[in-house]
Amino acid sequence: MSPTSLPWLITIVGLLIVAGAFVFVLMSSKTKDDDYDGIMKRAYAVRKGFFIVFIAGGIVITALTLKNLPYDAPAKVADDAIKVNVTGHQWYWDIQKTDFVVGQPVIFNVTSGDVNHGFGIYDDKLRLLNQTQAMPGYINSLAHVFNEPGKYKILCLEYCGLSHHSMVAELTVTQ
Amino acid sequence: MNAPIQSRQDISPVAKNTLLAYVGTTLAVLLLMMLFGAILRAGQAQMLNIDLTMFYKLMTLHGAGMVGIAGLGSAAVMWYFLSKYVKLSSAILITNMMFFLLGVVLILGAVLIGDFAGGWTFLYPLPVKSMNVWSIESAVAFLLGLLLIGVGFLLLYLDVGRALIKGYGGLARSLGWHCLFGNSKDFPPATVVASTMVLIINTLGILVGAVVLVISLINAFYPAFQPDPLAVKSLIFFFGHVFINATIYMAVIAVYEILPVYTGRKWKVNKVFLAAWSFSTLMVLAVVPHHMLMDFNMPGWLATVGQIGSYISGIPVLIVTAYGALTIVHKSGIRWDLSAGMLFISMYGWASGVVPAIIDATIHVNTVMHNTQWVPGHFHFYLLLGVLPMIFGFMLYITKKPDSNAVMSDIDKVSITTYLLAGVGFVMAFLYAGKNSVPRRWGVHLDEWIATDQVGTVFAVFVILAFLLIAIKFFSRLPQVIRN
Repeated sequence: MSPTSLPWLITIVGLLIVAGAFVFVLMSSKTKDDDYDGIMKRAYAVRKGFFIVFIAGGIVITALTLKNLPYDAPAKVADDAIKVNVTGHQWYWDIQKTDFVVGQPVIFNVTSGDVNHGFGIYDDKLRLLNQTQAMPGYINSLAHVFNEPGKYKILCLEYCGLSHHSMVAELTVTQ
Repeated sequence: MNAPIQSRQDISPVAKNTLLAYVGTTLAVLLLMMLFGAILRAGQAQMLNIDLTMFYKLMTLHGAGMVGIAGLGSAAVMWYFLSKYVKLSSAILITNMMFFLLGVVLILGAVLIGDFAGGWTFLYPLPVKSMNVWSIESAVAFLLGLLLIGVGFLLLYLDVGRALIKGYGGLARSLGWHCLFGNSKDFPPATVVASTMVLIINTLGILVGAVVLVISLINAFYPAFQPDPLAVKSLIFFFGHVFINATIYMAVIAVYEILPVYTGRKWKVNKVFLAAWSFSTLMVLAVVPHHMLMDFNMPGWLATVGQIGSYISGIPVLIVTAYGALTIVHKSGIRWDLSAGMLFISMYGWASGVVPAIIDATIHVNTVMHNTQWVPGHFHFYLLLGVLPMIFGFMLYITKKPDSNAVMSDIDKVSITTYLLAGVGFVMAFLYAGKNSVPRRWGVHLDEWIATDQVGTVFAVFVILAFLLIAIKFFSRLPQVIRN
């Protein structure tokens, strides 16, 4: 399952609910009920329910999703993590090491030699697995563990000029 | 007072013609920018062989042009309805237009003559580090163009602020705080509340934009002056985020003012409404860090604020405005025409755009979605299906009084249905590509990505065709409106 499958599913369900509400009201719009105060009263009661559901759902989702954030990850990985310096340039990647082993924690220390770039790790099915920004004057540390052997790609994810699309590098991960 | 533009005695002929020029300019620029957008998608889809330099130049123009014109069209909506309640300056309205056109000339020159292709976000230091693709002079022209447009809008907001303070005795009162925190039942109109919110956030947004543009200009002239890239990026995103959000909050005034005319029901301003708008004023400013979740050097707590703030800020939109629009239309016996239909669609687009936006603001999701085509997917929901239908509904409304016997013509049915379905298809092609990790702003796409590009391109063509039908309807009414 792709890391984007669940967000996609939730989005589709959310969009269908919104669309359903609008279709329902559209279908009812031609009939006329002069008791607008009564309609508002009922609508406000339902709205209160929505509000409570949103707040409760929001708290639960927030609690579940604010764990293990990528910012803390480099400090938490094992001491034997490999540290790899990465510098983005117009328009190529300078990556200190491109061969890795499955399961080995890696910390990419990412910066830029000129303008802003985006360091995105893609697997061989072109699925985006992880990313951080590459900014001049700053080092962003990205912790990553490769779970499958194969060829991985680094794609630039921040527009950096006319050859932005050609900023592609390759990593090899073995068993 | 809530009447088409030719019946408004309180608007001077000069202001009337200026507002029509705002709308006419908006439609003309929209058509051009939509064509550019379709060309970009066709280029990615390999349906059109487009030179890569031209691709990134058009991408820069499309971004700057769409953001700017959404601002201009939305400002016309706000000015038209706010002038029912306070006395606004026609001279300032014209001055803003002049600054806007001057800025557009500079931006067009920078891109089409000077080959500037640094993206509308002018992310430092890209404007001055192009690998000699474009000159420093063209970067300066682009930045100055944006600055001029910002100055025009700032003057407009200062006039709005002056008028609101004079008319309501202060911004706290025009936000309705005397009702929200006191016992007063003297609720300000929805238009006044929304305009006050926009005034507050976008004055800040434009001032921050001006600061960062001046910083970038100084750097262009004196390269030894090197600002901090993270600080500059934060300022740019604050400006961009606030400015584009303000377009929605200005344009939504059309919904508050026009839907009640069609339904014969009042848009009720109550404490919940006031609380939602005051809350949005804060939240729009607070959620800016959600644009920088992948900048690991930002303080971690700011990223957390960005995520939680994004969740919370969606609630006032969904629970108050979109839900309010549904309530006012429900069993209203409304007689649909193109204007009312467009306003209804705008609420659907705005509410729908909240869904993918909130999803992407979740830090773990942002890790695999940031700067993919998910991003243009969500903001096209807001803009293509939210802000633009608000402006369309407005321009059709002000050029013809709603007729209780009117029916939606067959052409209107074709244009509104096509616009909606093609718009949703166009947006979903972006979102699906984002789900498949396709990066945004790439001039060359891999074979694996092309299918969604092709689908998106076809839908883009249909959006433009529907848009043309809507624009023709407006322009066909124009001679009579100007004569009256």
